[in-house]
Formats: sequence, C-alpha cells, structure tokens
Amino acid sequence: MATPVSAATTPVQPSPDPLTLAIEWFGELGVFCSRVAKSLFTLPFEWSEFIHQLDAAGSKSLPLVALAGAATGVVLSLQSRASLTRFGAKSMLPAMIVFSIIKEMGPIITGLVASGRIGAGIGAELGSMRVTEQIDAMEASAVNPYRFLAATRILACIVVLPLLTLAADAAGILMGWVSNTLTEPISLQLFINRGLSGVSFSDFLPPTIKTAVYGLIIGTISCFQGMRTRGGTEGVGRSATSSVVLSSLFIIVADVVLVRFILVFFPA
Amino acid sequence: MEPAPIVVKELRKSFGEQQVLKGIDLTVNKGEILAVLGTSGTGKSVLLKLLIGLQQPDAGSIRIRGEDIAGLQMDQLNEMRKKVGFLFQEGALYDSLTIAENVAFPLRRHTKLSDSDRSEKVHALLASVGLDKDFEKMPSDISGGMRKRVGLARALALDPEIVLFDEPTAGLDPITAAEIGKLIQKLRQERNVTSIVVTHDMHAAHHFSDRILMLKEGNILISGTFEDLEKSKDPFVAQFLSDAA
Repeated sequence: MATPVSAATTPVQPSPDPLTLAIEWFGELGVFCSRVAKSLFTLPFEWSEFIHQLDAAGSKSLPLVALAGAATGVVLSLQSRASLTRFGAKSMLPAMIVFSIIKEMGPIITGLVASGRIGAGIGAELGSMRVTEQIDAMEASAVNPYRFLAATRILACIVVLPLLTLAADAAGILMGWVSNTLTEPISLQLFINRGLSGVSFSDFLPPTIKTAVYGLIIGTISCFQGMRTRGGTEGVGRSATSSVVLSSLFIIVADVVLVRFILVFFPA
Repeated sequence: MEPAPIVVKELRKSFGEQQVLKGIDLTVNKGEILAVLGTSGTGKSVLLKLLIGLQQPDAGSIRIRGEDIAGLQMDQLNEMRKKVGFLFQEGALYDSLTIAENVAFPLRRHTKLSDSDRSEKVHALLASVGLDKDFEKMPSDISGGMRKRVGLARALALDPEIVLFDEPTAGLDPITAAEIGKLIQKLRQERNVTSIVVTHDMHAAHHFSDRILMLKEGNILISGTFEDLEKSKDPFVAQFLSDAA
C-alpha cells in the first residue's frame, strides 16, 4: 500500500529510544505469537502449504547443513589429533569427534546455518508479500495469514531442524572418519564403535530434540519480521537481515539455557 | 427495508501526526457505483482498507451489510469479507502461484466445488476479464494490465455483493480501461453489485459511476453526479475537471 504520509508534510519526530523500541518489539511479538497460536486451533489446517514448507525448509537446506556438519567433522579431526597425541589419548579421537558433534557442534551449527538459510528466506518472502499487498489480499479473501503463512512455516521449522541436525551429525562423523583415516587408516565400523562406545541415550536425544526449539525461534522470528515489513524493497532487505541476526542471537541464548536444562534433567 | 450495504459515519484515521481521514460520512446504496477521487495521499486507498477491516479506524463507525465491523469477531469478519471483493492497486497476486491458482485460491478455501467445477469457474472468471490463455503463467511473467485483470477475476471469485476497486484503470491502455469500466457496470446490471471505485481518472469515473465523491485533505469536498461537479464553483473541483478534459 502506498504510504499515505507525505514526506514533505510529515513533521520530523524524535526517534524513540532503544528501550522503548525493544519493549514495543517484544509486545508486538507477543501479539503475533498469540495470533499464530490461536490460528493453530482453528480448522482446517493448511496441510498442503505445510508440506510445501517442509520441502522448502528441509530438503532444500539439507546440502548446506550437511556440508557444514562435514566441515566441522574434518576440522575437529585435524585440530584434535595433535592435542590428543600429545597427551597419549589418540585412541580417544573417535569418541571425542562423536561426542563433540552430537552433543553440541551438530545442533548449534545446524541452528546457525538454518537461521541463515531458512530465516533469510522466510523474512524476505513474507516481507515481499507484505509490501506488495499479498498479505492484505489474503486477509481480504477471508484467509487468515497467521494460519496460512506463519503457522505452517513455524511448524515446518520445528519439524525439520532435528532432522537436519541428524544429517549434520552423520556428515560430521563420516567426514571426521575420512579425515582421520587419511592420516591413520581405521575402518569405519571400528571408528563408529569406538566413537559410540561411551554414548548413551541421554547424550544423543536431548541435544537433537533441543533443535526443535531453534526451529521454533527461526520460524517465529522470521515470520514476525517478514510480516511487519515496512518500506518497500529496502524494508524487505532489512527484514531478511534482521530475521537472520535476531534468530541467530536468540538461538545462541537459547542454547545456553537449554544446555543447562539438559544437564539438570540428564546429568552426565 | 434492507439497510444500505455501506454506511460510514464520522470515520477518522491518522498515521502518526498525519490525519488522513478527518470524519467521513458516507452511504453507498445497493447497486450503486461510487467513484472516489482525490489527489494522492488524501486517504482514498485507506478508506477502502478500513471498509474491509484491513486497517482499524481511530474513530467512527463502518457498517457493511448492516453490521458494524468494529464489533465483529475474526470469524464474523471473514464471513463479511467473503461478500466483499477487493481489487488491489497492483493486483497483489500471489507470486508463488500461477494465474489460475491465484483465482482458484479463494474458491479452494471457501467453496466445496470439485476440481473440475473449480477449474471451469476459474476459466469463466478469467474469460470475463478478457483472459483466455496463459493460465499457467506466473504473475512475474505477465504485464501489469494482465495482473490487474487477474486480480479482478480473483476479487470476483466468491460472487461478492460489494466490490472495492483501488485504481482499477491506472496504468492500463484506454481500451482495457474501458473494458474494466464496462465490467464494473455489467456487475451491477447482472448481479446488482455495489461498487466503490477509487480512481484518479475523472474521465473513467464519469463514464461508469453513478456518483462521484471527491476527497480533499481528509474531508469530503463534494459528492454528486458528474453534472453536479461541473456546476461546482470550487477551484479544486474545476481544476480536476479541466485536467481530465
């Protein structure tokens, strides 16, 4: 919609202070979340859009996430070998790689990569829909955009993040073995057996499941930033950027909190 | 007696310090075609968005088909919206859907038509706006005029009783603009549809509307037939008429 405020006639207003802006942002985010939550309990659920978003957020992010996981595995192997050899613990290398990847590196790398790949996509797409009045057109057609656009994307992110984490974990462990075996040949089976020998259910499942929270963060922040876009194409760019920055920021904060929770409920 | 489809009283809307609408009173009768004119930034598009609940007024009341929309729950508001078609200024087509899917979008969600019946209706709607091919093209692959016509077909998909047109002829060639004007009149003749047409085009407004309402600085400057406007001594109205001549 063309902004009805003429720049020539609008009096210059003092910019609100950052605290006021932050309070406003959290307030608007709360309203947004309540609308999305309410829409989830209203039938019919948009299954076809949800499946489309699973594909957009999941399968299309898979190569990048797997690559990031693989690189992590290689780097862990290269960096740790010398240190472990120095302390006479070279045989612990497989366990060190597997533990590091499944407990922290895989989940956090997946969260941050996905916040860039998925968050920017959602922020830009919904931002573009906002400035070209497509979201208004949806509302005018009596279709709830919070249900059709936001709820489907948020749920898709929640579902795909743990799956992407599994892919990143697998790629990391595999490439950790490849890197290791190039220096000192070892069979994959032995590498995995050694790596998984000390791993329990509580080492694997909670860190993987916690990425569903990352998915919630990426989906919610990106949809929110996209749907509140103002100011044409420049605004779309701002929404895409802020979706990535804020999602990454909240993922990092959430990671600290969730690791603490996991340690409380699943002590080492 | 059936209430007028659109009744607006003391409608006010501001954006920050800028008062866009300063107390609009407006009644549009069943089957009437009202053209709303005014310079850019006088709140014409805002008025349309307020009527369908896309924006909230600061004060005043809006009654659509006898119901005050301020008191409606979301479900009730959506039921009202099904009876109101809205043509956006640039068409506002969903750019991830084809032309046919755009028109089918409201039908898919609000009707129980079978796939074949829905497809038939989509083709009929597109034909009614002069499109008989390229149904599988994406909005980015068609011209601005075509996008507007597809947007119009989508606005008419649910057989609305009221249609709000935001600049339906802007950017169109004179022949297509005249066709759109005829279509607006045809909607009234065939289904007694009530229309509000926001436009800058005085010539078009003269030809297809029953009444012209002119906004200036958030107020209604004049409301009447084209002949009433011609008789007006107001210099702003005179300038509008002379520019359109």
